[in-house]
Amino acid sequence: MTTISSASTAFSGDDPRNRLFGPVPDVAGERGYGEDHPPRVGFFTDTSVCIGCKACEVACKEWNTLPMDDAEGNRAQLGLTGASYDNTGMLGANSWRHVAFVEQSRAVDLPMPTVGAPGSAGGQRPLADPPVVHPGVPASSTTAEQSAPQQTTSGDREIRWLMSSDVCKHCTHAACLDVCPTGSLFRTEFGSVVVQEDICNGCGYCVPACPYGVIDQRQDDGRVFKCTLCYDRLTDGLQPACASACPTESIQFGDLDELRARADARLAALQEKGVEGARLYGHDEDDGVGGAGAFFLLLDEPEVYGLPPDPVVTTRDLPSMWRHVAAGAALVVGVVASAFAGRRR
Amino acid sequence: MTAAEGVPGAAWRRADGPPAQDRERRRRSGGRPPRPGESVVGEAEFTSYYGRPVIKPPVWKTPDVPLYLFLGGAAGTSALLGTMAELTGRPALARAAHLTAGGGALTSVGFLIHDLGRPARFLNMLRVFKPTSPLSVGSWVLAPFSALTTATAGAHLLGRFPRLRLLTGLGAAALGGPMTTYTAALLADTAVPSWHEAHRELPFAFAGSAMAAGGGIAVACSPAEEAGPARQVAVTGALVELAAMHRIEHGHGLVSEPYRTGRAGRLLRAARACTVTGTALTLAAGRRRVPALLGGALLAAGSAVTRFGVFDAGLASARDPKYTVEPQRARAAERDAAAAGAPS
Repeated sequence: MTTISSASTAFSGDDPRNRLFGPVPDVAGERGYGEDHPPRVGFFTDTSVCIGCKACEVACKEWNTLPMDDAEGNRAQLGLTGASYDNTGMLGANSWRHVAFVEQSRAVDLPMPTVGAPGSAGGQRPLADPPVVHPGVPASSTTAEQSAPQQTTSGDREIRWLMSSDVCKHCTHAACLDVCPTGSLFRTEFGSVVVQEDICNGCGYCVPACPYGVIDQRQDDGRVFKCTLCYDRLTDGLQPACASACPTESIQFGDLDELRARADARLAALQEKGVEGARLYGHDEDDGVGGAGAFFLLLDEPEVYGLPPDPVVTTRDLPSMWRHVAAGAALVVGVVASAFAGRRR
Repeated sequence: MTAAEGVPGAAWRRADGPPAQDRERRRRSGGRPPRPGESVVGEAEFTSYYGRPVIKPPVWKTPDVPLYLFLGGAAGTSALLGTMAELTGRPALARAAHLTAGGGALTSVGFLIHDLGRPARFLNMLRVFKPTSPLSVGSWVLAPFSALTTATAGAHLLGRFPRLRLLTGLGAAALGGPMTTYTAALLADTAVPSWHEAHRELPFAFAGSAMAAGGGIAVACSPAEEAGPARQVAVTGALVELAAMHRIEHGHGLVSEPYRTGRAGRLLRAARACTVTGTALTLAAGRRRVPALLGGALLAAGSAVTRFGVFDAGLASARDPKYTVEPQRARAAERDAAAAGAPS
């Protein structure tokens, strides 16, 4: 029998290093789970094959019986944002998967100024790797073999769509878990981070602590909610609802080690095909959150998708904060004591 | 590290039509025009997802949380002042300070509970003790502190139990120092850029603010012949508060900006005016009653408005994605440059 602590790794781990920051090889074991705990699981979301169908959002809402809201988190409201096909808006208490839609364009890079050559093929220059069109066939996992499936030309512009299904990152060093004063947030045996709704008192500290803006307070309820990595399904040997529903395997669920290897291979394949801007996001154990349990293959800078470019768990600086708090408190005690000392009535 | 292949950004721009462009234009013209010499380059290069915030702005309510910060700080200093006055034979100052401490601590707890999404579950705060959570540490400071200060204040009101009063007063004074500054860690230990980046200065700003408030209230509420030490605490606190706030408002580049602009900027300018005038009045008052009362009240007001301003600046920095994205971008670029420059 082991004791499962809702305290942070920082003060329950045996390893004096990496308690607030840096790689943690066995994040569940560090928290007191025995040798026989299951391996850490997570998501690899490959946005290069996302078709923006939102099946993940629907499956998540249905399985977790999440209430309806608009893009600002207002309960029982319908609203159109005008931001492409994205009317979900953001991750929040009622949306644990959020598909981002970004429509981009750029001027076609002409090879030479077309002086004296009117009618030459300037605007018509074909792409190096034109997208394959399958008439009458919906986009499917075969598009994964194309280098830039959602990119084409329009007049003198190139246009493309970026779509990405965002989710809680289940960080190795989770700020929400670190700052939770009630122990409501805890680390599961799968390495994920889950809110115990029967304990949460709605203090809201986790909300601004999350560097990704994932967790939020539910209106008319007061407690906070976020992705559980379908903890209930995992304990029954099922995969999370979103991954089950994804038709293109853009959302891949599995052991984190295996997903990382798969992501490296996929990135190498895309780079070999010359796909611009492909990069992994959140897979690096040396990043500011010790590596994320849910990581991504992106085709542009993270902030284009609404993700922070270099997130750092806020508790990394907590030792410094406590030192300054102690110094400030000592200053107050000193000033008050000296105000009375050496003064006779 | 898997860097992007080819040109960073590759000249792609968001192209989703007039609504998004209008929204972006409104967002940019919303702020004040740049001052002469101020860089606008970052603004042009900065990209975001439809201008939406990257992090979630705090859900903490105004005025609950700023008042909780102010009252907790004032109560912490007052408990120290009251017990020191008790020990050095200043009964009127002791009574005024202990009543302030008890009242402030109880009201502060009230505001904290009212701010919870599930107030009935307040006691869950004492379910665990977590040094990684400033709110957990704070709850374990605030709970005994408010009990002890309330008991001390009660004994003063009843005019009985002098020995018990001294004991509870000593206990409260021991927690008085931490009461004044733990709330700085509470704000700084978040992803809110303007709070987190100021994590070295905020404890001193709050310490100074708490001394100005506690000292000011004691000066205003006790006779001049006993208020000497309170006057010294109030003035020292005001100077510490002004100096620390100056560093917060100017020392952190882009993330200092929310402290100088918009509603937070106006609040903090008003707070500074109150604190400076209050300090001058307190110093000039001598043994005259009315200026001392006014000076003390202004110092307390300056402290309260400072908390509102700091709170508001944090909200503003969380709502605009540029304060999250640009410093992180710069940090990543610096790291990449250092990695490229270092011999392998």
